[in-house]
Amino acid sequence: MFENLQDRLSGVFDKLTGRGALSEKDVDEALREVRRALLEADVALPVARAFVEKVRTRAVGHEVLKSVTPGQQVVKIVHDALVDTLGAEAAEISLNAPAPVAIMMVGLQGSGKTTSTAKIAKRLMKREKRKVLMASLDTRRPAAQEQLKVLGEQNDIPTLAIVEGQEPVAIARRAMEAGRLGGYDVVLLDSAGRLHVDEALMAEITQVRDLAHPHETLLVADSLTGQDAVNVAEQFQSRIGLTGIVLTRTDGDGRGGAALSMRHVTGVPIKLLGTGEKIDELEDFDPRRIAGRILGQGDVVSLVEKAAETIDAEKAERMARKMKKGQFDLDDLAEQLQQMGKMGGMAGVLGMLPGMGKIKKQLGQAQLDDSIFKRQAAIISSMTKQERRNPKVLNASRKKRVAAGSGTSVPEINRLLKMHRQMADMMKQMGKKGMKGLFGGMGGGMGGLMGGGMPEMPSDPKEAERLLQQMGGSGGLPPGLGSNSIAGGGLPGLGGPGGLPGLPSGRGKKK
Amino acid sequence: MSEHETNPEKPEKKSLFKRMKEGLQRSTQALSEGVSGIFTKRKLDGETLQELEDLLIMADMGLDQAAAIAEAVGKGRYNKEVSPEEIREILAEEIAAVLAPVEKPFEIDSSKKPFIVLVTGVNGSGKTTTIGKIGAKLKAEGKSVMFAAGDTFRAAAIDQLKIWGERIGAPVVETKVGGDAAGLAFEAIDRAKAEGTDVLLIDTAGRLQNKAGLMAELEKVVRVIKKRDPEAPHLSLLVLDATTGQNAINQVEVFKETAGLTGLIMTKLDGTARGGILVALAGRFGLPVHLIGVGEGIDDLQSFNAKNFARAITGAQK
Repeated sequence: MFENLQDRLSGVFDKLTGRGALSEKDVDEALREVRRALLEADVALPVARAFVEKVRTRAVGHEVLKSVTPGQQVVKIVHDALVDTLGAEAAEISLNAPAPVAIMMVGLQGSGKTTSTAKIAKRLMKREKRKVLMASLDTRRPAAQEQLKVLGEQNDIPTLAIVEGQEPVAIARRAMEAGRLGGYDVVLLDSAGRLHVDEALMAEITQVRDLAHPHETLLVADSLTGQDAVNVAEQFQSRIGLTGIVLTRTDGDGRGGAALSMRHVTGVPIKLLGTGEKIDELEDFDPRRIAGRILGQGDVVSLVEKAAETIDAEKAERMARKMKKGQFDLDDLAEQLQQMGKMGGMAGVLGMLPGMGKIKKQLGQAQLDDSIFKRQAAIISSMTKQERRNPKVLNASRKKRVAAGSGTSVPEINRLLKMHRQMADMMKQMGKKGMKGLFGGMGGGMGGLMGGGMPEMPSDPKEAERLLQQMGGSGGLPPGLGSNSIAGGGLPGLGGPGGLPGLPSGRGKKK
Repeated sequence: MSEHETNPEKPEKKSLFKRMKEGLQRSTQALSEGVSGIFTKRKLDGETLQELEDLLIMADMGLDQAAAIAEAVGKGRYNKEVSPEEIREILAEEIAAVLAPVEKPFEIDSSKKPFIVLVTGVNGSGKTTTIGKIGAKLKAEGKSVMFAAGDTFRAAAIDQLKIWGERIGAPVVETKVGGDAAGLAFEAIDRAKAEGTDVLLIDTAGRLQNKAGLMAELEKVVRVIKKRDPEAPHLSLLVLDATTGQNAINQVEVFKETAGLTGLIMTKLDGTARGGILVALAGRFGLPVHLIGVGEGIDDLQSFNAKNFARAITGAQK
């Protein structure tokens, strides 16, 4: 639903090409778009204002390099400024204090404190080899203490025994005591969710702080938070004093502007990112990723990581060898469909690609959803080995049989075969050209998955549009699709939308 | 709140509005003071309207909705001196106009037995707590209530709902942790039918709307419910956290498609200085808003009233 900043700016700067430097007026116009983009990403208004001023001073009079458009130039300046503001250097959880080191977790209700507590405990145990004790101070929400206890049991992390009716301050005292007596290195205190405006609860947590003297006080905050993120962070900072922020639910599709707001007003580093529901889904903060997201540039780093995680290296290599020879049969196609599913389906993959937000939406409208992949996989699995290896043998009666077997229809099979043929052709071409680009090194799994035959992002928008139409016929190309990614020429080889497998051509048009 | 037994109409209404106003105090302050800051002794012009628009953006109203409302406020009033009080009034009216179509009380159709309510949302939005509170309200109205503990993923989510069940005397249908939520819903419907329960509230695990696998699971829960009762779920509700920013729009969009949403519940409105996201959602989707949460108490989960809400957040006096 959001246009990315690059697309917007290219509109503003289209008329400017060929000039030497950005004038103040050009910059003004561009910065209005920057401001809009930031606000849409939930960056708080005062923070967006301050940030835009920072960008202005950097941008005025900036030389426009010959190779890039002014739009890209501004995006790069904004991107770099974002990275600076978010904190370029990594800050880890510090345990540099006499044991037991207390770490206190605070935040609003439902921000993810308990889950984050367990994740951090596990991380400290595994990576730092520390002896960790967890204690829940949440006496308010029903079964909150139970939740931490269960997480402890599931992951072999010791938790403080629950004593019914004990108040948070008393629990904290008992936890620190148990930490000392038990020879623990770290005691994690998971506090109850509280509103930053709740005086009584804020006073209570201050008492806990004065008793436990936490070496780290971490604000656990939802990355989907809106404009109020500034107030939340400011209040927690001024009332309790924070040493870091844990940003949760970064695996959602939010733009994460809250991260910038909170970092800006508190000045404390964002230390960790929660990236999923599982206990090990906790990552070091990477400002570039968040900056890219805020700008709607997609999360290419995550995509690459995810691809590396899910794609079986051996399989990929086999695929690459086959492609070189120009062989690409239906078994290979089936495998690609499966990979796609593993990476979160088409929406998942597209969502992470820069500038693809709009296409993703169009796909949704054209009802090109992931169920198509499943149907196609079903078609292929209803074929005999021979048919899969050599689709040419599929005559009318065989097709009827396959249709009946897979619960689909003959036209659907024809569409699949046509798509396969096109993909196989592209593979052949690519086999000749050799694989350049980012995914070349990954042995082709990714190249095949993403683009099939698209070693480089099409630089001509018309070309991209043609490919899009080929892909689903959803038409209406978002502006600037063909332009390169930001920051140093972007990533070659991220296959255009052209070859996404599994998109029967024509279906979108019928709608 | 004991007085509403003796005089059910007026005092209750008043105290509910007061509760909401207190809960929304911060929103009120932010918008109301902002308006004073902008319009005191100044003419309404492009500049002041831009500032008003900014103010609305800061209330999470979203760029488009903020621009639309600011424009409506400015219409026909350019270059006139308009007092902050008047602006608050106009603003309240404009916001109420956007919200009025989505004001729809949470109602149970007693001809449907059990009346099945499915509750969905992203992690931490307050689903389980909301279910507990709705259950308590229904119980107080004399209805029989059953809970289905469909959040089989989060540690102790089942326990949390069981505590609510004990508190209000409602049976809880549960399965083991990691169990099949769709199967549980199926079983719960059968049990509610057998026991002649009035209302069955089905909890679900929190899920981010961009997780294809989890959304497919939710789709299955809905499918299975429909197998037992083609008309069910009679209400399919999304619980939204009011502190959420513009991502709430994505959430509604995807859950609407997956779970066939019939309405929204917005929680944690008391903590935020915002609440504008509700206006953005109303303008965009027009989905009924049944209940809003303005505090932690059971009575803080209230029926949504567009006019009162608009007055409360703008600080309009009348």
